Amino acid sequence: MSAVTTYFNNIWLALSSIAIGMRITIKHLFVKSVTTQYPDAKLKMPERARNRLYVNIDDCIGCDQCAMACPVDCITIETIKSTPDQDLGTTSTGQKKKLHVSQFDIDIAKCCYCGLCVPPCPTDCIVMTDVYEFSEFDRRNLIYNFSIMTPQDIEQAGQKLKKAEEEAAAKKAVAAAGAAAAKAAAAQAPSQAPPAAPAPAGGTQTQPPSTPASDAPGQAGKP
Amino acid sequence: MEAFQNLGFWGTLLVTVVLSALPMVFILLYALVTIYLEMKVAAHVQDRLAYMRTGWHGVLQPIADFIKLLQKEDIISVAADRKLFILAPYIVFIGTYGGYAAIPFSSIFIGANIDLGAFFIVAVSSLVVVGILMAGWASNNKWSIFGAVRSAAQMISYEVPTVLAMIVGVMITGSLNLQDVVKFQAGGIQDWVVFGGPLPLLQKLLISPFTIVTFLILFVASLAEVNRTPFDLPEAESELVQGFFTEYSGMRWALFYVAEYANMFLVSAVAVSFFLGGWGSPFGSALSGPIWGFFWFVMKGMVLIFLQIWLRWTLPRLRVDQLMYTSWKVLTPFLFVCILGVGLILVL
Repeated sequence: MSAVTTYFNNIWLALSSIAIGMRITIKHLFVKSVTTQYPDAKLKMPERARNRLYVNIDDCIGCDQCAMACPVDCITIETIKSTPDQDLGTTSTGQKKKLHVSQFDIDIAKCCYCGLCVPPCPTDCIVMTDVYEFSEFDRRNLIYNFSIMTPQDIEQAGQKLKKAEEEAAAKKAVAAAGAAAAKAAAAQAPSQAPPAAPAPAGGTQTQPPSTPASDAPGQAGKP
Repeated sequence: MEAFQNLGFWGTLLVTVVLSALPMVFILLYALVTIYLEMKVAAHVQDRLAYMRTGWHGVLQPIADFIKLLQKEDIISVAADRKLFILAPYIVFIGTYGGYAAIPFSSIFIGANIDLGAFFIVAVSSLVVVGILMAGWASNNKWSIFGAVRSAAQMISYEVPTVLAMIVGVMITGSLNLQDVVKFQAGGIQDWVVFGGPLPLLQKLLISPFTIVTFLILFVASLAEVNRTPFDLPEAESELVQGFFTEYSGMRWALFYVAEYANMFLVSAVAVSFFLGGWGSPFGSALSGPIWGFFWFVMKGMVLIFLQIWLRWTLPRLRVDQLMYTSWKVLTPFLFVCILGVGLILVL
């Protein structure tokens, strides 16, 4: 007898579950669709969305931290030291700029949108914007050039640096020659001044080349 | 049809060709509408929009699809049996289209007013099984062969409930000729066979449960005839790529696809003719006439098509053994009981 009961139970189960399913389906027929009709309607990006990179080149001090942090090496930075007489201005965070940024290229096709270049920047000049529609027809247009130095500017800065370095080298040579002469003179009369004062750090009078400003104090706490 | 008797050989030939092409035109238009309907109903049941860009809300999409299929490359694999491969879609389509000859579209139009209309339809639509087996075998692809063999088993098994359900209709209306069956039910919705036919009230009340059950069983069996979910094992998109028509592309595939939709309408039309009053208006003599008849017929057919689409997006697929179980152990015994019941009530 139980086989017969099972048989009819199965049939009843099948029919009732089909009816329940059909009710759900027909209800959904009248539910408003959730599709966003792109490109007529676009979804709002979240606040901290990681999309296309932007560099505020006026704030860039050329420290190369973002290029070093990038896991796919999509940032290429070339800098030229500035001479002391040049004034490159200060960044919006108050740092004095000491390097000309002659090349700052981001190959946005290689960028993996990880956002690792943003925290190391000391001046917060590289940011991820919410722009996600930037297709190009030519792949070469996907290499973004952020530097604003013209080739003449680069040439000029290069010349200036070379001149400054030559002058410094010349001065160094003169000072070294003078120190050597002084040393020779001191060696000739050793008895006259036995406790010879230790030779002053003769060759260090020349100006040390300007160091990158990455060791400026107070940057460690930057998020 | 009786008016065109004295036209001579060529005249009769021309008229025959034109009249037999009319259901073809109907099938093509109906296929465009149904493809669009299926796409939109499927999308809205799933809370999404379907095509919105080709024409207003995508109405031109079926035409775009058709043009795309026309310009596709015709690929026949090297190891396939060429003659059978090419012939198979035509046989499937012929099997389906042949059945349209005996369907009463309206009081003035029936392709062939044969006295064995229902029997003819069942017989001719069995050709589809042959076509599917050919397609599966000629593709030289194991998934196609699986799909084809499953389809043959399914179609043959579900012919039995289909025929038995039609017998119930024949018992009440007394004729296999579909035009007579529909005329028998003229008189409004209360005269439809699904509610017992134009019989005295007591007999009607006793017969109605049997006829309603028979109608539902006919609907289910017709789903299996056309390989629709939940009986779409032969196509089984998630298992067999596309089952027996995996290797078909371009216009050959389009022919299978149109044949499937034509088959859907054919079985719906048979169910409508036997149980839902065919081209008769549900209001009896109001809103009836040759053109109105066509309108009612198509509307009722589309209601059943909508039910088929609705079920497709509700139910999962039956396993092949569950399919066989349903046909032989559930539908057929219930139909035997219905035949017995209807017969007893009609005799008493």
